[in-house]
Parts: sequence; C-alpha cells; structure tokens
Amino acid sequence: MRNRSLLVLTTVLTTGALTLTACGSRDDGGKDNSKGGTTVVIGVDAPLTGSLSALGQGIKNSVDLAVQTANKNKEVPGVTFKIEALDDQATPATGKANATKLVGIKDVLGVVGPLNSGVSQSMQADFDKANLTQVSPANTNPSLSKGDNWGKGDFKRPFKTYFRTATTDVIQGKFAANYLFKDAGKKKVFVVNDKQTYGAGLAAIFSDEFKRLGGTVVDTDSVTVKETDFSSTANKIKASGADSVYFGGQYPEGGLLSDQVKKAGAKIPTMGGDGIYDPEFIKASGEANDGDLATSVGYPVEKLPTAKKFIEDYKAAGYKDPYAAYGGYSYDAAWSIIQAVKAVVADNKGKLPEDARAKVTEAMAKVSFEGVTGKVSFDEFGDTTNKQLTVYQVKNGAWVDVKSSTFED
Amino acid sequence: MNELPQQLADGLALGALYGLIAIGYTMVYGIVQLINFAHGEIFMIGGFGALTAYTILPDGTPLAVGIPVMLIGGAVVSVAVAMGAERFAYRPLRGAPRLAPLITAIGLSIVLQQLIWGFYPGAKSKVTFPEFKGESFQLFDGLAISRADAFVLVAAPLCMIALGLFVSKSRSGRAMQATAQDPDTAKLMGINTDRIIVMAFAIGAAFAAVAAVAEGLDKGQIRFEMGFLLGLKAFTAAVLGGIGNIYGAMIGGVVLGVAETLSIAYVEHIPGMDQFGGGAWKDIWVFSLLILVLLFRPQGLLGQRTADRA
Repeated sequence: MRNRSLLVLTTVLTTGALTLTACGSRDDGGKDNSKGGTTVVIGVDAPLTGSLSALGQGIKNSVDLAVQTANKNKEVPGVTFKIEALDDQATPATGKANATKLVGIKDVLGVVGPLNSGVSQSMQADFDKANLTQVSPANTNPSLSKGDNWGKGDFKRPFKTYFRTATTDVIQGKFAANYLFKDAGKKKVFVVNDKQTYGAGLAAIFSDEFKRLGGTVVDTDSVTVKETDFSSTANKIKASGADSVYFGGQYPEGGLLSDQVKKAGAKIPTMGGDGIYDPEFIKASGEANDGDLATSVGYPVEKLPTAKKFIEDYKAAGYKDPYAAYGGYSYDAAWSIIQAVKAVVADNKGKLPEDARAKVTEAMAKVSFEGVTGKVSFDEFGDTTNKQLTVYQVKNGAWVDVKSSTFED
Repeated sequence: MNELPQQLADGLALGALYGLIAIGYTMVYGIVQLINFAHGEIFMIGGFGALTAYTILPDGTPLAVGIPVMLIGGAVVSVAVAMGAERFAYRPLRGAPRLAPLITAIGLSIVLQQLIWGFYPGAKSKVTFPEFKGESFQLFDGLAISRADAFVLVAAPLCMIALGLFVSKSRSGRAMQATAQDPDTAKLMGINTDRIIVMAFAIGAAFAAVAAVAEGLDKGQIRFEMGFLLGLKAFTAAVLGGIGNIYGAMIGGVVLGVAETLSIAYVEHIPGMDQFGGGAWKDIWVFSLLILVLLFRPQGLLGQRTADRA
C-alpha cells in the first residue's frame, strides 16, 4: 500500500509540475549589438512561435520593414536602426523575461509589442522602471493605459512608458454590440470568453453594451485556451436558442468554437474582436465560417491611401509570412519610436543624449505623423487618438470588410 | 429541446478518445511500473505520421482510402518512436531508481515536441488535417453524431475487443500477463521479458495513433503541442480507471469524458451553483472526481488486475 500512496503522490505532484511548466521559455540568446557609431535598437516582443505565431511574425516583419525604411531614407542622420526580436510564446512569464533582457541591452531605446494584453501586464513595470518606451500594436485591454478602475470612470495612467497604436476594447466591444444589435438585427446573444485578460474584458464590455441597447444575453460560458473540444459549450449554445454568439478570445479557440457550433446544428454567426480577425480563424477546419463577424481596429489597411506604400514595400521585401492583422499598427508603432528618436537627436545637436531612454519617452507624447493606419498620435494616457474601427465578415472563405466608421461614444 | 442525449454522446466520444490514449499509459505501467509521460507526444507524433502518409497519397483520394492509410502511417511512425524510446531512453535505466526513468520520460516528451516543432514543415503553428465532409448522422431529434465522433465510437470498442482477446487468448498476451505479475519468475519460465516490454510500448503507441487520427478527423487540425493536454487527461483517465488495468483505462476515459461534458452543461443549473458551471470549471470538477475516487478507491475504479509487486 505504501507504494500506491506514493504513486498517487507522484501523480498529483507531476501533474501539477507539468501544468506549471507547460509554458516554459525558449531563449534565443540576445546579442548586444553595440559597436562604435550610433546604433539604436528597437526591441520586438511577440509570439513568434506557437498558435499565435501568424500574428507575431507579421508584427516582427512589419517592424523590420519600418527599420529598413528608416535606414534607407536616412530618417535620423547618423543613426542606424536595428531590431532585436524576442519570442514571448504568448505567455506572461516569458514576456517578463524578455522585458528584462531588452532593458539590459543598452542600445534599446524602444520596444514594439507585445501582442497579448495579459503579456503586456507582466512587462509594463520593468519598462517603466528602466524608462524604456513600449508601444504595443495590438493590446486592447483598457486597464493597461487607464488603470484598474477605468470601469468606474477613474482614469489613472499606471505607466508613463506605455503607448499603443491599437484602440481599446471599450471602443471595440461597444462598436461590436452596436453592429450586432442595430445592423445585423440580432437580439439574443450567447457570450463565450477564454478567461484571459483580453477575452474576458472584451466579452464583459460587449455584454454590458448589448444589454444597454435592449438585447438579451441568454447565457455565458468560458473555454480553456489550448483545448480543442468545445462541443459541450456548442450544444449549450444550440439549446439556448440564441441567434448569435459573441466570443471574447483569440482565433485558435474561436475558429474551433465557430466550427463546433455549426457542427452542433446551430446555423448562427459567431462574432469576435480583433483576436479572431485572422485568416487562420477561417482555416481552423473544413467547416464553412461564412457569416461570422469580427471587429478590428482601424480601417482595412488595403483601403487606406497611406497604406498602399506599406503593402508594396512589404511585398517587395519578400517576407515569408503575411503582415496579418497588426502589420500596419506595428509599422506605425516602430515609426513612432523612430520619430521620437529623431526629435531627441535633433534637440541634442545631432547626437544621442546620455539619458536617451527618458528623452525618447518624453518625445513620444509629441509624436504625430500620417502613418499606415491613419494619423498616429497619442493622448495623455498613451492611447492612440485614432478611433477608427471596421466590422469584417467571412464571405466565401475570406474576411471582407462590411462597415468602417469612426467610433463616437 | 432535451440536450442530454447529445451531451452524453459527445462525452462518450471524448471519453473514447481519452481511453485510447490511456491504454498506452496503463499497459506500460502494468508491465514496468513506469509512468511514460512521453506518451502524449507519441500520440501527437502519430497524428503527424498519419498526416504525412495522407499527403503522400495523390490529391483527391477519398477518405475511405485515406483513413486506413493514415491509420497505418500514424501507427508505423508512433510505434517506431515508442520502440526507439524504449530501447534508447528507458531500457538503459531499467533497475535504476524509479524517479530516473520518470524524469527521462518528461525530458523525452520535451525533445519529441521540439523535434516536431523544429523540423516538421509548417508545424510551428497548427497544421490542417483532412476532415470528414458531409452532414452528421441525425439519429433522432436532439441527437446528431458527427462522422468523426462515429469513427472514434466505432474504433475504440473494436480496438478494446482486439486487445482483450489478444491479452487473454494469445501466447504473447499470456506472457504479458505473466511479466506484469512477476517479471523475474516470468523470465525463469522462459519468457523473453524484453520482447514483452517492447510489445507493451508498441501496442500503446498504435492505440495512440488511432486516437490521433480520430482527433485530427474531428478537429480538422493537429498541433505540435496537442499531446500535452490530451496526454495529461488520458493519464488521469488511466489513474481513474485503475492504472495497470486495460479495461480500467477505457472506463476511466469514458467516465472522464462524460463528467467533463456534463459538468459544463449541468452544474450551473444546480441551485446555488450557477457560478461554478460552464467550461471554466470543468477541470475542477473532473479533478475533484479523481480525488474522490482515489480517496475511496486508491486502486482506481476497476483496480489493477495484476498483482502489485509492492
């Protein structure tokens, strides 16, 4: 019997240990690129591998394109830009390790990333302590820039180094609720979230607005990230008689959920935020996703006149992966750092000052230019002043934009 | 509409999948008392083997031809990997303290996962897997079995029957039972225990390959990291049913799968429990069930049929 209790103990311990270590880190040895002359490194932190890598690679490549463009045009005389891209695997712990590493490389004057709001939470404090500017192209959780009590109208910027080129979930969730209720005419929605910072936050904002408009949230459920079987939730959705599903989460789970809802026999659309706005959402399985909806920040990159050059340059550079949902925002994020560096260098007689990081952070507040996604500038919280949003719908296996407008509360 | 039949059917299909993987844990544990934590990865590699076999086929091959090819391809790859693991990772450690092979298994699991991640084309994110086309089978109003679920619901019992017959009727099967009971005496009786151990690994791997094909057909995708979570659940199923007992593994899997789906569907309808329902809490319920079973029946639901050497 002693051995048996030993087995039980081992089971429990190893199960726990394995769960904890499931998200280990993969290091790829950051190199300190300091070699005479003035080199400014722009750090990139994004999920370069794993199920969100389609978005992460798009971010990395777009920053790379911005850096190459700046070097080619001699945007900042006497300064050569470089990128240092780290993989956070969409896990907060890895993100924190990467933040520490980027802070440690003294030539890093700005960081673009990360993709996930939850990862950003773990990195903000490190950047703030080091006075290092961080610009996320994709974080949409409001608390990152407005503090934990933003829901009560108490806005307090927690970290002065945090900026973003993406609009927040407050705007996105409300925009989605308005579209689903008014334009699509859906009255009974079933809300699912993935229990992550981004997904749960977005789902809650959406639900509140949908109820305020007069719609009904028939039931809610949540799913676990990285699981693949949501058939039980799908059956609940079918039995609830909902006429639509709202999913707060990312495309790996969103795509499977949409498929399994349709397999369960409920012919209703699934709507989500920018987390599901990705071609991979449609490719999740052979099941047709036609009719599914997603909101994403900004106007479709392809339709903005300012974006044409970006798309041409991106193609010409021959990157293996597409620029994906956040390419334009990543380019603008990198470009805003480059502009801040330019301002700092111009103020200091063409040289980088000693406290370059603090100066760059100061300069960020004054950055303003016409970027890939429209006018780029930041408000007093570090949020983008650009409040354009678009609803996309799956038609014949591709995302098609159906409505773009500037959100007004 | 009554959703109970549908929930039960989905739970059964999920449970059958867990059961198929759990066989691998239980067979190896029954014979060598090793918890083979790399088994989840053997399952995942079976999926990639099956996909490779399918891509070799000419485009447009019907699934009726494709599935047997995938099953064979997946089984060949996963059995080869499992046998290689046994030969090079576990056999040198036979006789070492039990913690050594356990840690080796965890290490091997990481190695296998990273090998697929690094070297299988396109495996850095999910890979599309062929999928059944066509409607589900509508048995009656409120119960539709998808084709992929039908596949696993047929495949799992067939595999179990075959395994049961093999273990109880064939010469090798009886040798396997003997080795499980007492390896030293079995060796004295002229049984080649090394061969039996390899056989246990191979059978477990073949079952895992069947499960991987079922998972791929159902979800339409496979991922390099899919073996971890499913492997963990299957291991839980094996412990729940009584690790070491092959029927226990299948029963544990089914109990686990059904408990999972029912807890998502119904816990929130219990008065006063609505905040504990839904997908967020299912693992809490499933593992509470495991703890309860282990408290009252430490040997698992069916118990270990073979004598424990302790």
